Amino acid sequence: MAFLEIQNLHARVAAPGGRDILKGVNLTMNAGEVHAIMGKNGSGKSTLVQVLAGRETYEVTGGTVTYDGKDLLELSAEERAREGVFLAFQYPVEIPGVSTSYFLKAAVNAVRKHHGQPEIDTISFLKRVKEKMALLKMDQSFMNRAVNEGFSGGEKKRNEIFQMAVCDPRLALMDETDSGLDIDALKVVANGANSLRGPDRAILVVTHYQRLLNYIEPDFVHVMLDGRIVKSGGKTLAMELEERGYDWVEREVAAGV
Amino acid sequence: MLAHGREWLEDLRKAAIDHFQSVGFPDTGQEEWRLTNVAPIAETKFSIARAQSDDEALDLVTEHRLGTDAAAELVFVNGFYSSELSHIDHLPPGTTLGPMRQAIAKVEHLVKREFGRIADCHANPFVALNTASFDDGALLQMNRGGTIDKPIHILFVSTTGAEPTQSFPRVLVIAEKDSDLTFVESFIGGQGVHFTAAVTEIVARNDCRIDYNRIQRNGGEAYAVTALAARLGRSTQFISHAATLGGKLTRNDLTVTLVGEGADATINGLVIVGEDQHCDNHTLLDHAAAHCASHELYKHVLDGKSTCVFKGKILVRQDSQKTDSKQTSKSLLLSDEAQMNSQPALEIYADDVKCTHGSTTGPVDEEMVFYLRSRGMGLEAARHLLTYAFAADITRRIKVEPVRRRLEDFLAAQHGLPRDLRITDLGEHDEKAR
Repeated sequence: MAFLEIQNLHARVAAPGGRDILKGVNLTMNAGEVHAIMGKNGSGKSTLVQVLAGRETYEVTGGTVTYDGKDLLELSAEERAREGVFLAFQYPVEIPGVSTSYFLKAAVNAVRKHHGQPEIDTISFLKRVKEKMALLKMDQSFMNRAVNEGFSGGEKKRNEIFQMAVCDPRLALMDETDSGLDIDALKVVANGANSLRGPDRAILVVTHYQRLLNYIEPDFVHVMLDGRIVKSGGKTLAMELEERGYDWVEREVAAGV
Repeated sequence: MLAHGREWLEDLRKAAIDHFQSVGFPDTGQEEWRLTNVAPIAETKFSIARAQSDDEALDLVTEHRLGTDAAAELVFVNGFYSSELSHIDHLPPGTTLGPMRQAIAKVEHLVKREFGRIADCHANPFVALNTASFDDGALLQMNRGGTIDKPIHILFVSTTGAEPTQSFPRVLVIAEKDSDLTFVESFIGGQGVHFTAAVTEIVARNDCRIDYNRIQRNGGEAYAVTALAARLGRSTQFISHAATLGGKLTRNDLTVTLVGEGADATINGLVIVGEDQHCDNHTLLDHAAAHCASHELYKHVLDGKSTCVFKGKILVRQDSQKTDSKQTSKSLLLSDEAQMNSQPALEIYADDVKCTHGSTTGPVDEEMVFYLRSRGMGLEAARHLLTYAFAADITRRIKVEPVRRRLEDFLAAQHGLPRDLRITDLGEHDEKAR
């Protein structure tokens, strides 16, 4: 069985009269693979990763998601995280009053507790943190600052990938991590994401631009349009989209190709 | 009792008695008291408590004293000075500190010059009541250029009596030119029925740095009405952090008058109430000189059926050009039945000023909750952590480490959190954004 199997997934905004956003998504990811989902604004690509992470502002109205043999949709957001799902946010939240250090330790320990392991000892935690900070070229002072508070957009994105590296997830979901990053930051962030590549995990990258995929090379590229994946291919598809835009895909779909 | 034997004081007292007798306790028909009903205070027969240091008093003092973290500590039990529980032996030269009764006897000239000149009996009947009734309190004076490396702590504890008790602490602080002073006032009450009407006056002359901290922590039967009035001279910096934790009915009036050019006031507040508790903070930043700045951030955490009022007035007088003032009130409602009333009041008579205010009230932010849950934290744990964080946003700005630690330990215990949450920055990143 595939590592992640999404079948005919439908979701809408969880409010009376909420808009349908996902209209039958099908996607299969095997362990060890990196997939990219591209699409215009409003195509539903961000919603897809947020639904996978368990965001309750969306309501799943149909379809199934199987993750590592489990029914993902049955799990709460925190249970998904403890099972190794990690969402790197497009808009990370600022939490004044909580240090990044405490926040990360709580995250790591939540996963460990779930797997019946004791809390991480301070020395191992600091070692892991230092290593990942070096990887993401982050200043040590970050750990004592409040979570994301006063960070620039780029720093927040970098902090997301840093957290991802520390949490060591099995399914990494990256929601437009590249937006707002300059080229140097982009390389650093991609480097962090690439460090997570491995035979027993998978990465799903949502992006608007092909640029990020120069540095995180995907095995598969999918195009999302109006709540469905309408075209899939290899990494050359991303370059084609960069060159030709999305209109030709829309025309193909309209023509029923 | 009350016989301090000074004519000027007796005159002040008599005027205060006359005034209070003519106006009486305020009622909710008066604008300033519209949302705080003090009838339960007026209707309860309180008597002066005994000066005893029983086990309860000792427990409260032991828990709340700063000990060696303070340069000096004055302790009052039920309004009476306790020399055994206090320590004032290691004050740097140029600092005068002592119970008010002694101060009136020994350094009358210092007291007489400022006493009753800053807190206004006519603006607040409880100031009149305190002036009419006070027995003791504290005088703190720093000489010109004086500094002190540890805070001075003035601790008032109220114990549980057989009958409802009352006390009227009176504090006068005088910072002479170019002095640097950090002090802490704690008002701590036990579980009994008691009423405290406290007045603190602060005179800060030119070029001073005053770091004022207040912890007000009371049981569910306590009534507390406090008035703090500060007058700031030229280029003086005043920072106030005031925390109210619990108490049946609390009303705090904080008035800062910026009388010298370039004065700078930061007044931050934290209120944590639950059950049927009520807390009302009235603040007034009176910009009476040009080129002054004030920043105000008050945060409230309301649980149960508690109610809070925040009325923040900024008064910019006609000649106070280039005033820069920012006021923010934020409230977190942990229950549907809690009620917050937040009212900014800007009164601006100068034309070249920058004044802003903002107010938010709501439950725990769902975006933040999802962020924490997506990192593996449970729903309840996330809410507790975010409530802690909301309040810690105030405590982290407190520079007096033992005060900050006490408050954060209280918050952590309240939310079942460990003590290693703390962050070491002082909210400077947020400061820049304001």
